[in-house]
Amino acid sequence: MTIRFTEDHEWISLDGDVATVGITTFAQGQLGDVVFVEVPEAGRALTKGKDAAVVESVKAASEVYAPVDGTVVEGNQAVVDDPSLVNSDPQGAGWFFKMTLKDATALDGLMDQAAYDTFVEGQH
Amino acid sequence: MSSSSDSPILTTPLNALHRKLGAKMVPFAGYDMPVQYPLGVLKEHLHTREKAGLFDVSHMGQVILRGDGVVDALEKLVPGELRALKQGRIRYSFFTNDQGGILDDLMIANRGDHLFLVVNAACKVPDIAHLTAGLPGVEIEYLGDDRGLLALQGPVAATVLARFIPDVATMPFMSMVSADLKGIPVTIARSGYTGEDGYEIGINADRTEDVARLLLAEPEVAAIGLGARDSLRLEAGLCLYGHDIDTTTTPVEAGLTWAISKRRREEGGYPGDAIVRRQLAEGATRYRVGIQPEGRAPAREHTEIQDAAGQTVGEVTSGGFGPSANAPVAMGYVTAANAAVGTSLSLVVRGKPLPAKVASLPFVPQRYYRG
Repeated sequence: MTIRFTEDHEWISLDGDVATVGITTFAQGQLGDVVFVEVPEAGRALTKGKDAAVVESVKAASEVYAPVDGTVVEGNQAVVDDPSLVNSDPQGAGWFFKMTLKDATALDGLMDQAAYDTFVEGQH
Repeated sequence: MSSSSDSPILTTPLNALHRKLGAKMVPFAGYDMPVQYPLGVLKEHLHTREKAGLFDVSHMGQVILRGDGVVDALEKLVPGELRALKQGRIRYSFFTNDQGGILDDLMIANRGDHLFLVVNAACKVPDIAHLTAGLPGVEIEYLGDDRGLLALQGPVAATVLARFIPDVATMPFMSMVSADLKGIPVTIARSGYTGEDGYEIGINADRTEDVARLLLAEPEVAAIGLGARDSLRLEAGLCLYGHDIDTTTTPVEAGLTWAISKRRREEGGYPGDAIVRRQLAEGATRYRVGIQPEGRAPAREHTEIQDAAGQTVGEVTSGGFGPSANAPVAMGYVTAANAAVGTSLSLVVRGKPLPAKVASLPFVPQRYYRG
């Protein structure tokens, strides 16, 4: 299983043909208490860097962008019903959507864990 | 970027304490202020509604007015009833402009030998210029950085503060006294801006942290940041200057006519009185209303409001998630025809019209002390 990160603080984890996408532990910490989540419907085509989902904390709304091109397989109804999952388990049960990739090699252009950790260090 | 980052950022007497408490600091009205502590906005909000929250509001402007005829002089700038304001009592009012718009909202206390004003941080420089120009012969003392101001708010605020000063338990809502808190001279006002019972405590700058530490050592008290202050006042239906009220909104449009007494309605005598009186008699073309989104999506400030036919009828001026309401809540202006409670509206969020209704304010019942 490969996990990669974007500069917009999404994570994408590929398992077989299906990737799961969410926001990072760092991102949820920056957002604070998440109170509303909107996830895309199955079948929606996503374009890298374009809006895919919405996450709102008490104070602010943010977009979740598609890390790579692909198609939505499933939105996570659990985070719609309980947005606090994004805070309590951002890189687990708090995932936003699953997608198939147009081109699996696209993940190679994203940061790995070590590169992301270094990137986040620079955000402080 | 604007040049605002060039101006030096101001600090309150609690700046070091905020940092020790782990606050996330943000620039606000020219000050370095805590937006939240490690507890987080949601829990800070709920803590204030259940127990007591301590807010640093030292950034607000504290002004003393002294001189013969000061009451009549100030009535020329505000529509509030000041002649009937008894010693030790406080009124909420606002400075108006010649169009009946609101320059700032403020608290005015009659302290016997002087009037004591608390004005918004972002407005205090123009406010003082406005007072100076409008009150010739009145001595205007801006307390500036020499004075701290804390707000202790919540249902157990009275219990907590009475441990230090027993008399505060029965202070009337909107009254103000001088007192001694463990040897520290303070002013205590039974007022606040969260919808809860509570106090605003004025302290010399050099003792402000001492008082904050004494109160924070009480088990029911938590430090609360600007984030929760905003969601608390929004649920309480209270206006935030620069958002829900400004120079383009009149007291009638803003639903603040309760703050204009019968005598002042009849006599006028403040800037823009003709426009305000005409709106009182004939109605305004738009009103501030509470807005309850029907789904879970919050509608933020500047969200377009449409009527059932898809016509634009207004804009959200404050909006977000209400932790105590456990739902999104908003306020905004809509045309008079759409201002009745229960009217169906649409909120255009991310390009999509979402259903909402005009709601009565406040979203969470106010719990001021009524004796």
